[in-house]
Amino acid sequence: MSAVNRETIKTTAVYTEFHPRWYRERVSVYWWLGQWQYLKFILRELSSVPVAIFVVITLFQLRALLSGPAAYARFEHWLRTPGAIVLNVISFFFVLLHTITWFNLAPRAMAIRMRGKRLPDLLVAAPNYALWLVVSVVVAWFILR
Amino acid sequence: MADKIILEITRYSPEQDVEPRFESYEVPVYKEWVVLDALNYIKDKVDGSLTYRWSCRMGICGSCGMMVNGEPKLTCATFLSAYARNGNKVRVEPLRYFPVVRDLVTELSDFLVKLRNVKPWLIRKDEPPLSQGEFLQTPEQLDRYKQFSMCINCTLCYAACPVVGLDPVFVGPAAIALAQRYNMDSRDQGADERMAVLAHPEGIWGCTFVGECTRVCPKHVDPAGAIQQYKLMAVLDWVKSFIMPRGHTSKDVRSEPRND
Repeated sequence: MSAVNRETIKTTAVYTEFHPRWYRERVSVYWWLGQWQYLKFILRELSSVPVAIFVVITLFQLRALLSGPAAYARFEHWLRTPGAIVLNVISFFFVLLHTITWFNLAPRAMAIRMRGKRLPDLLVAAPNYALWLVVSVVVAWFILR
Repeated sequence: MADKIILEITRYSPEQDVEPRFESYEVPVYKEWVVLDALNYIKDKVDGSLTYRWSCRMGICGSCGMMVNGEPKLTCATFLSAYARNGNKVRVEPLRYFPVVRDLVTELSDFLVKLRNVKPWLIRKDEPPLSQGEFLQTPEQLDRYKQFSMCINCTLCYAACPVVGLDPVFVGPAAIALAQRYNMDSRDQGADERMAVLAHPEGIWGCTFVGECTRVCPKHVDPAGAIQQYKLMAVLDWVKSFIMPRGHTSKDVRSEPRND
């Protein structure tokens, strides 16, 4: 083997002397459609878009509120249009998906140890859900009272 | 008389084929047979040219990883009878995302280079004299890294990770989990050296947390968890470098005191 060949092995690990041709499969653009787990992952990633839409709608709502009763009435009227309702329903489901998957993943990223033992996953995820419930109840109380 | 099942196996001969093709083989199904037994049956009795890797046939050497019906599996731990219902076929392919050398044999050099780059061995900055004795470790200190040390380098996690397929320079799940295994070891002092290699878009930040690596791991290593914990460690490291610009190294991130 020549010195050049030996150098190639060291740096790039491309060694073809006895392997005339490797076959390398191209990854399809639609790789995420083939398997439910991949599709779930893409939906979770996509959920960031509806989350952003949710935030933008809320900001517009806040602006309408600050611009006086007439502006807010106009905004409320827009919220009642079928388009706005569909957008909100879709966003709501994606926000739910985003939140639940995020909370479920938290224990994997946070290996919290107490007294030399790792806390069970449930104990790491549960406080997130508890806080979510408390915040939701407080918000609901403000809106419905 | 044993039941029969059809195996559709990828065949690729680099000297003759432009791309892989499937060939079907009928094999008997015995209760105790795994997919690897069926491959050995074909090799011994039907077609001696079938090429594949295997060694221990007991789930510890990590050689016999293949795609079985689209899932990365150790073929020595995947029972044929699980697929033998209703006249199903079993499709056996080489591990996804790796270049194929021949039939079911993949080329692993790229993985081995990545593995070496993350320095998966104990790194010491100071070497205490032998007279001080061995490095002692408490059961808790062992418990911190034990799960990650179970990796057998079977590369099933690479075949499950779409990031590996889409971005071939990504270091990948097993190598990062093994880097974390040594970071968490109380005897090691190389966390900052590994951080320099892995706190990188092609290292830990390449991972988008699909989580499939953990699902397919036959040794329950949880590489996805290891990578997310590594990310958390890198962020804390970065924050600490602001708070304490001088005299700070990554090893400070570890929360438990070391025994040296």
